[in-house]
Amino acid sequence: MIVLDNVHKSFGSNHVLRGFSTRIEKGEIVCIIGPSGSGKSTVLRCINGLEAYDDGSIRIGETRVDRDSKSIVDVRKRVSMVFQRFNLFPHRTALENITEGPIYVKGEPRDRAEERGRKLLARVGLAEKETAHPPQLSGGQQQRVAIARALAMEPEAILFDEPTSALDPEMVGEVLAVMKSLAEEGMTMVIVTHEIAFAREVADRAIFMDQGVIVEEGPAREMLSAPKQPRTQDFLRRVTHPI
Amino acid sequence: MQRFLTDAAEYLPILMQGVGLTILVTIGSLILSTVLGLVWALMRVSGIKVLDWTAKIFVNFIRGVPIIVQLFYIYFVLPDMGIALSAMQSAIIGLGIAYSAYQSENFRAGIQAIDHGQIEAAQSIGMGWWMIMRRVILPQAIRIVLPPYGNIMIMMLKDSSQASTITVAELAMQGKLIASATFKNTSVFTMVAILYLCMSLPLMYLVSRLEKHYATGRR
Repeated sequence: MIVLDNVHKSFGSNHVLRGFSTRIEKGEIVCIIGPSGSGKSTVLRCINGLEAYDDGSIRIGETRVDRDSKSIVDVRKRVSMVFQRFNLFPHRTALENITEGPIYVKGEPRDRAEERGRKLLARVGLAEKETAHPPQLSGGQQQRVAIARALAMEPEAILFDEPTSALDPEMVGEVLAVMKSLAEEGMTMVIVTHEIAFAREVADRAIFMDQGVIVEEGPAREMLSAPKQPRTQDFLRRVTHPI
Repeated sequence: MQRFLTDAAEYLPILMQGVGLTILVTIGSLILSTVLGLVWALMRVSGIKVLDWTAKIFVNFIRGVPIIVQLFYIYFVLPDMGIALSAMQSAIIGLGIAYSAYQSENFRAGIQAIDHGQIEAAQSIGMGWWMIMRRVILPQAIRIVLPPYGNIMIMMLKDSSQASTITVAELAMQGKLIASATFKNTSVFTMVAILYLCMSLPLMYLVSRLEKHYATGRR
């Protein structure tokens, strides 16, 4: 469903992606791990056109991702994104954050969008926070609203860019639980994360990236338990046993 | 004091005519400068080089020329080019354009102060540039822009007195005319000052009210 073929991306002289290729099937859950600066987030940001790529191609189904083309709006409706820092709209309530896209981008009638929005809020366990503004919510609650906002677009896939990295440790679980429930319902997900245990349990496939290329990939459980490449082994050891 | 009060009673009606014109010039140029300022600011943040540079050059050009010279230009020079405007029109257009430069810098600062993540989040749900501005950026920028905007309003009220240089009989001009005809400088200019204060104090109050309203984090 999402196909990346030999994608290159540089920021100035910094060559961040050096020929990244993979294909993500419908319903597949892929976790991308790797050290900071390895290009993981850039991959996600290129997939929904927040970042332009220099070479290669990215396709969502039949559509080529090109952020300068009108088709990018269609791409973004089909592939939602959840950000590390939530990026909720602080001037709107939780429910308004969720209905913003359906009403103003997809042209859905307000009452229907709000009805769906309430259901989504309930689904992420925040039914009672409908009228709260983001600054009144905890980090974990904000990220759950952000997931509901992504779901409200009825996307074919959701990209998660380190969704738990900005959270206090005690709030990580509530966000991962919501993500896990999505996974169980068959949502296509690409997740950049440092939560190795979560990746091992939930993901179908894991990709370890370093310096802009895939070092190793394979079935998540296998690869994250017994990686073959020394660099993967080294990274996983340092992430899972920091001391 | 007694004399001041009798003078006040005598000249107030004439001065009030000036007040009317002062308010007219201020409101007219405030609206024009706000609209134009927003246009320059949006051009500056559009990410399109031609628009960015056009606005930048224009704004710096306006900022670099005194308002009084701009007024002279519009009122005395444009007729030579076949564009004849009334004194009132010239004053509103001149002050409006002159102040649009300050407005635009204020608006631009407000827009750029909004976290870039807001733009990305809006893009990620498929919003285009205009909708992002209208639904996400500008509503948040208002809070940042408002206090300086209030100050600009008050400055504009006072600078509307420059319209007197192109024969608009606003408050300062009326005061000067009465004073030079009657030699009652003290009474007349005291009244003029009080009348300006009476107009600017409510503005200051309005701004502080608005600031409090927006400071709550709600819309």
